[in-house]
Amino acid sequence: MTDSRSQILGGIAKSLGRISGDAQRAAARERIAAHARNLIPARAQLDPADQVRLFEQMALEVSATVARVPDLDAVPDAVAGYLAGHNLPAELRAAPDPALDAIPWDRRPTLTVSTGRARDADAVSLTGAFAGIAETGTLMLVSGAERPTTLNFLPDTHIVVLKAEQIVGGYEDAWDRLRAQAGSFEGGMPRTVNMVTGPSRTGDIEQTIQLGAHGPRRLHIVLVEG
Amino acid sequence: MAEPRRGPRVGLFVTCLVDLFRPTVGFAAVKLLEDAGCTVEVPRDQTCCGQPAYNAGDRATAQDLARRTIAAFEGFDHVVVPSGSCAGMIRKHYPALLADDPAWAPRAQHVAARTHELVSFLVDVLGVTWVDARYDDTITYHDSCSGLRELGVKAQPRRLLASVRGVKFTELPDAEVCCGFGGTFCVKYPDISNRMVEDKAANVASTGAGTLLAGDVGCLLNIAGKLKRQGSPVKVRHVAEVLSGLADETPPIGDAAR
Amino acid sequence: MESTAHSFPENARRALQDDTLQYMLAKSRSGFQLRRAAAAQRLPEFEALRDQGRDLKNHVLEHLDVYLEMFESKVVERGGHVHWCRTAEEAREAILGICQKAGAKTVTKGKSMIAEEIAVNDHLEAHGLIPIETDLGEYIIQLRKEPPSHIIAPAFHVSKEQVADAFRAAHTDLPPDRPLEEPRELITEARLMLRRRFQEADVGITGANFLVAETGSTIIVTNEGNGDLTQTLPKVHVVIASIDKVVPTLEDVSTLLRLLARSATGQEFSAYTTFSTGPRRPGDLDGPEEFHVVLLDNGRSALLGTEFQEVLRCIRCGACMNHCPVYGSVGGHAYGWVYPGPVGAVIDPALIGIKEAGHLPNASTFCGRCEAVCPMRIPLPKMMRHWREKEFEEKLQPATMRQGLGVWGWFARRPGFYHAAARMTARMLRRASGSDGKLGSLPLPMLSGWTEHRDLPAPEGRTFQELWAERRGKK
Repeated sequence: MTDSRSQILGGIAKSLGRISGDAQRAAARERIAAHARNLIPARAQLDPADQVRLFEQMALEVSATVARVPDLDAVPDAVAGYLAGHNLPAELRAAPDPALDAIPWDRRPTLTVSTGRARDADAVSLTGAFAGIAETGTLMLVSGAERPTTLNFLPDTHIVVLKAEQIVGGYEDAWDRLRAQAGSFEGGMPRTVNMVTGPSRTGDIEQTIQLGAHGPRRLHIVLVEG
Repeated sequence: MAEPRRGPRVGLFVTCLVDLFRPTVGFAAVKLLEDAGCTVEVPRDQTCCGQPAYNAGDRATAQDLARRTIAAFEGFDHVVVPSGSCAGMIRKHYPALLADDPAWAPRAQHVAARTHELVSFLVDVLGVTWVDARYDDTITYHDSCSGLRELGVKAQPRRLLASVRGVKFTELPDAEVCCGFGGTFCVKYPDISNRMVEDKAANVASTGAGTLLAGDVGCLLNIAGKLKRQGSPVKVRHVAEVLSGLADETPPIGDAAR
Repeated sequence: MESTAHSFPENARRALQDDTLQYMLAKSRSGFQLRRAAAAQRLPEFEALRDQGRDLKNHVLEHLDVYLEMFESKVVERGGHVHWCRTAEEAREAILGICQKAGAKTVTKGKSMIAEEIAVNDHLEAHGLIPIETDLGEYIIQLRKEPPSHIIAPAFHVSKEQVADAFRAAHTDLPPDRPLEEPRELITEARLMLRRRFQEADVGITGANFLVAETGSTIIVTNEGNGDLTQTLPKVHVVIASIDKVVPTLEDVSTLLRLLARSATGQEFSAYTTFSTGPRRPGDLDGPEEFHVVLLDNGRSALLGTEFQEVLRCIRCGACMNHCPVYGSVGGHAYGWVYPGPVGAVIDPALIGIKEAGHLPNASTFCGRCEAVCPMRIPLPKMMRHWREKEFEEKLQPATMRQGLGVWGWFARRPGFYHAAARMTARMLRRASGSDGKLGSLPLPMLSGWTEHRDLPAPEGRTFQELWAERRGKK
């Protein structure tokens, strides 16, 4: 394999007609260090209130649902109401995420909340989010010991608690926030970053869009304004 | 005494298919250009722009024909072509074709920059906004690929057609989709070409128009050939025939003389 | 995958006579086009982003080796493994080796065109492993034992009735009289069947839409979520990617992501865009214990510095085929190898040889729609023409065509003879048409393809040059 490696890399340099790659290496290092932004659409550069509105609008367009609540205290009622409204069991599999600790689940004692990775039988998951990206109504979810990735994909219904202050304009803003917290992730990057835009879907049968192909059929965003 | 003001000197590149199949289009082009104040000449030394060789991979022949065409036309203020395909060949492909030839590259660029498809030349260069013509029928229009995508010919023919008395214009569904001609494509892959021209003919029929126009005789021969094989009464003509008012002088493409 | 590209004309003829295929093509093609146009229209910066995407990929290709090295070092830093493979064979062996080392039996797969290119499923099966495609479209065609017909919609050509038939034949443990008429029912069944597979898989293989040099991340862009289950649940995650997929930074990949879904399906963004960086970390409750990236060259590095370099900008959105009237007439299988449509007509000859794939760059009218919609502004017609030049140089085209062109070229270089020949032809065809205005047949066998399907409108009878000379003479 080492042999293949040097042959491929050498072949590239040869095809490109290069003797030494030093200048290219320096240019590439510089580009990565600068990680400069390319063109950012105007849509991704709104002021914060408009960003929240755009996020909501775009999320609704891709068949997510959004419930606005004033603060974390209101989350249990919102979640319980959503589950009841969709005839879903009052059982949540939640991420063991400290960011969710402040949610007073005991206000809705009928709601069973367990934490951990998703199991096959779990019907509804609840997670936080790292960011919401307004330009396309996209959630950014990052993995970690307190945020198992399986919760984002295995259950049929995924509920995400997102704070309004987590909403940014464009993808680049979310990367900046991630870089600002690089210390929390080994090597600066979480193992998995999921950008989720609406529930799972497929067009593979006669190009007709159907929701819930393999991942969640429903994506419900509880948007915490306070 | 002041000299009478002379308009631009235009060299007409006739194209093989107009020369052979549809000379009326050449005369229509001459009339439109002269009406707009141009002096038109038709160099005798022209044959083909070389596109068939170019697209067949025969670069040497294409370069040879490009050089001949350039030599025949480089003395004119403008080169005008009643075909988006041949105009695109000269305007977009000659400079690339001769880029490595130091003697010819500048000459290719010189001619390319002066070469225009007929209708876009009238509208975009000469500023023509209307023509003095009458044509009593419902018309639909196929946008030939090279004119549309290489030269941006789209609004210009519609604009001038709107000034023709008696014309009712109706848009063709999928007007921008290729008709399946494609030069030698239609004989190399006849079944696929047929599929494409069948779709085109069906779209033409769906408009209910009495006349189909386009700016390229190649596409017109293909579409007319299909429509006539199907027994369709739709009349097929080059757009210049209608704009010049010469449509009465010859039967539509593929139709018998009245 | 065994190529049938050399019999493209026969493949095409069969496709044109296949009523189900024709129905599916007619049904789907306008949807793709309308959705892409609407998405492009909605983002005012779309055209400028295309320019940036092109420039960015050009930069990458000029620095490809150094970005690959940087990507590799980041993957290794995060505890992953990189396997460099020059050929399909090396890549198959590398993947098999990883699977065998993991003691794998069942291997789930996300959608990957590279996996098709190296035919990894056949190889795994031949060694007793069970590869399971999990993308719904890929699953359908795996059951039907056929290759994908589109790079992003592999079962583009299959009707829902055919899907139901495939499911009934394969899922024999389900009640035979269950209803499978509606897409919803089909999807529910596939979800149920594949859930079991996700749980039992030992290795998950995915492709990658992009690789990020800055972070050592691999990226998959999907809508179903199958790719995420494929890479999260098994012990081992294998990413298979070609070397042209690397991108410098997260910012750069964001630019390309703004183009990808809009060009492909007309979505603003795909449902799932997932960045994977190394294996499971200490404390993680899920995720793969091993993370492998198989980097495939397979002839790509040899395209650098040639007239085909620009095709390596491709981000596999499928817009070219969605807008190609030839693809729209015959579908993807007719092309006979992994990549169909205009981009296939450029890439396939590079990967399997122009002798085998010679028809593909010829089967184009050069209508230019592919280039007009390509998010990376790849000049596809120009590159198809370059392949035709290679064929001409190597005398691979049919003799009749070469001879015909030769004769025509002789005349075209001699205006006097050319005009005389044109005069004769015009008269001859006019006479042959009688008073009909058209000809139903022609004596030249080369042109029988024309008159088989349509008439040849008759010339007016005299050439323009002839008439113009007369008119000048009179003046």
